[in-house]
Amino acid sequence: MRRQTVSLLQAAAAARRAAPLLILPFLLASCASEGGGGVQSTKMATIKARGKLICGVDGSLPGFSFVGPDGSYSGLDVDVCKAMAAALFGDPGKVEYRNLNSSERFAALASGEVDLLSRNTTMTLSRDAAGGNGLSFAPPTFYDGQGVMVPNASGIKTLKDLAGKPICVESGTTTELNLADRMRERSIPYTPLKFQTGDQTYAAYLQGRCVAVTSDRSQLAGKRSSFPSPDAHTLLPDVMSKEPLTPATVNADPVWADAVRWTVNTLFQAEELGISKANIAAKVAEARANANQADLRRFLGVEGEFGKQLGLPADFVPKIIGAVGNYGEIFDRNVGPGSRLKLDRGVNKQWKEGGLIYSPPFR
Amino acid sequence: MGVTRSSLPRSVLGAGAPVPWWRNRRVIPWLVQGAVGLTVLVLVAFLLSNLIRNLTAAGLLLSWGWLSQPAGFDIAETILPFQASDPYWRGLLAGLVNTLRVVVTGLLGATLLGTLLGMASFSGNVLLRNLTRVYVEVVRNIPLLLQLVFWYFVVFLSLPNGTAAIQLPGVVLAKSGLYIAGFAEGLRWMGPHLVNGVWQAPLRWSVEFGALLTGLIAYSSAFIAEVVRGGIAAVPKGQWEAASSLGLSWIQTLRQVVLPQALRVIVPGLNTQYISLAKNSSLAVAVGFSDLYSVAETTLNQTGRAVEVVLVLLGTYLALDLFISLLMNGLNRLVQIRER
Repeated sequence: MRRQTVSLLQAAAAARRAAPLLILPFLLASCASEGGGGVQSTKMATIKARGKLICGVDGSLPGFSFVGPDGSYSGLDVDVCKAMAAALFGDPGKVEYRNLNSSERFAALASGEVDLLSRNTTMTLSRDAAGGNGLSFAPPTFYDGQGVMVPNASGIKTLKDLAGKPICVESGTTTELNLADRMRERSIPYTPLKFQTGDQTYAAYLQGRCVAVTSDRSQLAGKRSSFPSPDAHTLLPDVMSKEPLTPATVNADPVWADAVRWTVNTLFQAEELGISKANIAAKVAEARANANQADLRRFLGVEGEFGKQLGLPADFVPKIIGAVGNYGEIFDRNVGPGSRLKLDRGVNKQWKEGGLIYSPPFR
Repeated sequence: MGVTRSSLPRSVLGAGAPVPWWRNRRVIPWLVQGAVGLTVLVLVAFLLSNLIRNLTAAGLLLSWGWLSQPAGFDIAETILPFQASDPYWRGLLAGLVNTLRVVVTGLLGATLLGTLLGMASFSGNVLLRNLTRVYVEVVRNIPLLLQLVFWYFVVFLSLPNGTAAIQLPGVVLAKSGLYIAGFAEGLRWMGPHLVNGVWQAPLRWSVEFGALLTGLIAYSSAFIAEVVRGGIAAVPKGQWEAASSLGLSWIQTLRQVVLPQALRVIVPGLNTQYISLAKNSSLAVAVGFSDLYSVAETTLNQTGRAVEVVLVLLGTYLALDLFISLLMNGLNRLVQIRER
């Protein structure tokens, strides 16, 4: 039954390449086959018909989403997009990235310009609620907190030292509000200088217009790594807020939101089970050979209907892990020891090691 | 005259016959205009109902309650006092006041500089004339956004800071802004002074405001210079010759003879430039100045009320531009030649 579906999709893909004009019947056909499993998502049908995922990212934040010299994207946020593309198409390359600033991002998502927003976005009540931005959030992929960066030469050691001074901040972020709240609580007067994009914000900071710049600590570390002299800047010890950075989709399509949610959970679960990019093929073979490994067989799609229930291929887990690796690998490669950011795992450790990364069971 | 008109068959005497309505010259324009009007109405009704239907489907039907919610963000420099606990509408108003501040000073500066440049392009001094041409051609052919970024990041942010700032009696020009002595609270005379490494003074223009104002004035003045040049060129050469034969100097000729006649050509063109300047002021967001657009953008993000905020923006900029047009049309009537 599963084989049949796959060959049908392959045939559809081949026909699509051969005759683009004949796309409509196949689109309808793929809708119909999904309908059979009780799973219907206009968004996923659109993405599949289009043949690629459109992912909204920042595009200028080292470690999270950054355009390399060759024009290719990399980073933790980008890997979530790649994982999603691997789950949908079996190919992490089938993603079109859209660089969005913090003010554009929700409008771009709500209008359907991007399918998935994987752009260091903090999950908040008002963004989640239907009466607010009306987003649907996946599990957080990075637990962050807001920090303040100052040049070493400024001699600033605490938030109090910032009294009366100009602070650079990107407008339209939770950062902007947290800054106002924290400074108001402590009755510290300050001058907020707001810029539309991160590039403008950090340019003004580097030019010395403000004595401090505030943002998520990971973002500050990421930006600092691309400064001419990273060692000349320090993060203050104060953590001003909770910033769970989370991929988001629109509220209106719960099926698509579920697919994204469980793609992220796949990354977490694979790390917990010790399944990595290197051993995924061996693990699949092991699961196929041993009928007693029920958990592993279900997780890797050897048995059960998880893929079908989500509207994804049955083997979406091996495809995701084969493409981007598990969460630990993604973290290390982009923001951890394997990157220029060298961030500590901190609270982003697996729950078994005392961290917050926790996937609900694949059952 | 044995035959009366009425006794002739109608087909022979076409003029007297009642014209069928579809050929009636009075009916046809009404029909056409009615059809066009109806089409426009239907289109507008469709777009509106579509908007409302989709907003309802997304659970985002227009509501204005958020306007009185506390804003929760701060604005760097405001004439209208504003703090984070004030409601959104007050933040938007503070932004509007900031916009008006830059538009009004920008209009004055651009008019003054543009008129001087326009006059200079008729100067007998070759160097002055050519320098004016070069200025106009360079400035008006570079996108305004680029110019603003240049003024802000390259020029203004290269100013020295703190104790190294440029200090004149009563005036300090630093990286953070221009500080001018004035009367502080209690009518105490106070000069610029450093507090905790930050300059303070009764009168203060931030560099963000300075960069925006400089950029807008430089850009608009180039266009205004062309409008003024066109207006002056429209005055017949004989007027110049007559004035100089009366012994008037170049400046006198311009002020007393040429400019008064050129104004009726200049004013309509100025109107367009003024409106552009008011709209261009929304580029403030690129250089970190908290104008109406910048505040609205923050508001939009915090509240998620995109349609409402954009409507407020559209309405405000439209009202501002219509007001400028109204003033300029009044001025236009004043400078028109009154024919007797």
